[in-house]
Amino acid sequence: MAAINRDDVAHLAQLAHIEMSAEELDRMAGELAVIVESVKSVSEAAGDDVPATSHPLPLTNVFREDVVGHTFTAEQALSGAPDAYEGRFKVPAILDEG
Amino acid sequence: MSADATISFDEAMEKYDPVLGFEVHVELNTKTKMFSSAPNVFGDEPNTNVNEVDLGMPGVLPVVNRTAIESSIKIGLALNCKIAESCTFARKQYFYPDTPKNFQTSQYEDPIAYDGHLDIELSDGTIFRVEIERAHMEEDAGKLTHMGGATGRIQGADYSLVDYNRSGVPLVEIVTKPIEGAGSRAPELAKAYVAAVREIVKNLGVSDAKMERGNVRCDANVSLRPHGRERFGIRSETKNVNSLRAVEHAVRYEIQRHGAVLDSGEPVIQETRHWHEDTRTTTSGRAKSDADDYRYFPEPDLVPIVASREWVEELRATLPEPPAARRKRLQAGWGYSDLEFRDVVNAGVMDEIEETIAAGATPTVARKWWMGEIVGRAKNADVDPGQLGVDPATIVELNKMVEDGRINNKMATEVLDGVLAGEGTPAEIVEKRGLAVVSDDGPLLEAIDAALAAQPGVADKIRGGKVQAVGAIVGAVMKATRGQADAGRVRELILERLGVEG
Repeated sequence: MAAINRDDVAHLAQLAHIEMSAEELDRMAGELAVIVESVKSVSEAAGDDVPATSHPLPLTNVFREDVVGHTFTAEQALSGAPDAYEGRFKVPAILDEG
Repeated sequence: MSADATISFDEAMEKYDPVLGFEVHVELNTKTKMFSSAPNVFGDEPNTNVNEVDLGMPGVLPVVNRTAIESSIKIGLALNCKIAESCTFARKQYFYPDTPKNFQTSQYEDPIAYDGHLDIELSDGTIFRVEIERAHMEEDAGKLTHMGGATGRIQGADYSLVDYNRSGVPLVEIVTKPIEGAGSRAPELAKAYVAAVREIVKNLGVSDAKMERGNVRCDANVSLRPHGRERFGIRSETKNVNSLRAVEHAVRYEIQRHGAVLDSGEPVIQETRHWHEDTRTTTSGRAKSDADDYRYFPEPDLVPIVASREWVEELRATLPEPPAARRKRLQAGWGYSDLEFRDVVNAGVMDEIEETIAAGATPTVARKWWMGEIVGRAKNADVDPGQLGVDPATIVELNKMVEDGRINNKMATEVLDGVLAGEGTPAEIVEKRGLAVVSDDGPLLEAIDAALAAQPGVADKIRGGKVQAVGAIVGAVMKATRGQADAGRVRELILERLGVEG
């Protein structure tokens, strides 16, 4: 696993739409580097015969039967929307053009 | 936006070798969504088939739809894939208003089905094998409507409206390996491949498979390389090509566009393209810079799916006969030649002919009616032959009337038109219109004598041995009987009357 530097953190912050100051970027780069180092020690303990763990719970196949349940009305669905029009969510223009 | 340069398809084929790849999204027709119990229904009022899971509210818990998993496994099996013993869901993160959670729940490293293939039959019967890389499960996004701007397209829109009814609808995305060696048949293969996938999911009953509703959607990847070079060229990905015809056109257009770019010495730009049906061209999608950095990670709210071999075999046992095998069986059973059968398939009346034969018609009679009468009428009406409203029983009834000599072929087509116009059953129409073959010789002889008397010169010619002149008299008799006579019988009677050997 490659080390995490300040540029990586700035890139991730941009992808995640998180605004971070120069000071925060410095601090986070240092903290994340420590976390990455710690996680590395796990791969030292696990041999090639141990599959990657995606979940800590010993559970598989938690299913729901294909039966219709509750729904919202359009009014309920839109109740928290900043803007709406004719039963639909209204959002700003999507492409940044120019 | 200036139009992109293109070269002719033939010129592109002379210089370059196309490589294709497809991502086909199939919407499953489960009753509920992939991770929520909201209904999976097309065409309802906006934002009414949603609950807190589909809207990505904080703190909600998705739960996997068992039927969607089973449908996905069936698709994998029908595509000759291996089914993963264990697989997981992952979060694919991006910001776009069609995805209220700001991530799409999908599969990443471990798709439920992988390493398959599909044998595609081209129009001349050539079989082309397409290798399947993977088929993975994910959820559909909401539907955006772009408002303002001149064209209703995303470019130049003032704002967009979002309907989340489609959000969370189960999808299976089928991804091919790079398809090499198609050459000039690339556009045809593209269309045939998507048609085959659509046929398979429809045959399995796991999708409504209506392309016009977006149940089956295709992203087409195209690249060109000079003949003889192994390394692939840079590809473009044309998104959401949503009819079979458009798939063929989009691949052809991209080949012509890439050819012009390469000819100019410039590199092809790797990008998303938008397909425009009206101009049959693509335009650059101007993908955002972060579009390929989705930061996938395992979905913590969904535990792994384990497909035991028993479960997979149970599902395999429920699979219907594959479409290709069914075609072979039907052709052999009906005794059609390869050409006859291909015409039937291309005309889209194989199912209808099967039903007509099941209703009691012979294969020859069924083909004669569908190919000879109904396909043409459907074309004129601009609908699929099966949607014209011809019931197999109607064909059987019409054919029986002809065989019994009650009506002739010409009348039968007239009756068919009556049935299509909603005038009733064939028997009712025959009755109402007073249609019946005049088989009693008495009235025919009267009409013949009248016709001969009216055209004595012609009668003399026939008597003198010019048998071909009889046509004029037959025509007059048919006219007098308003087409209700059997023309062959009329001819016999005229010659008999005049004492001439036919």
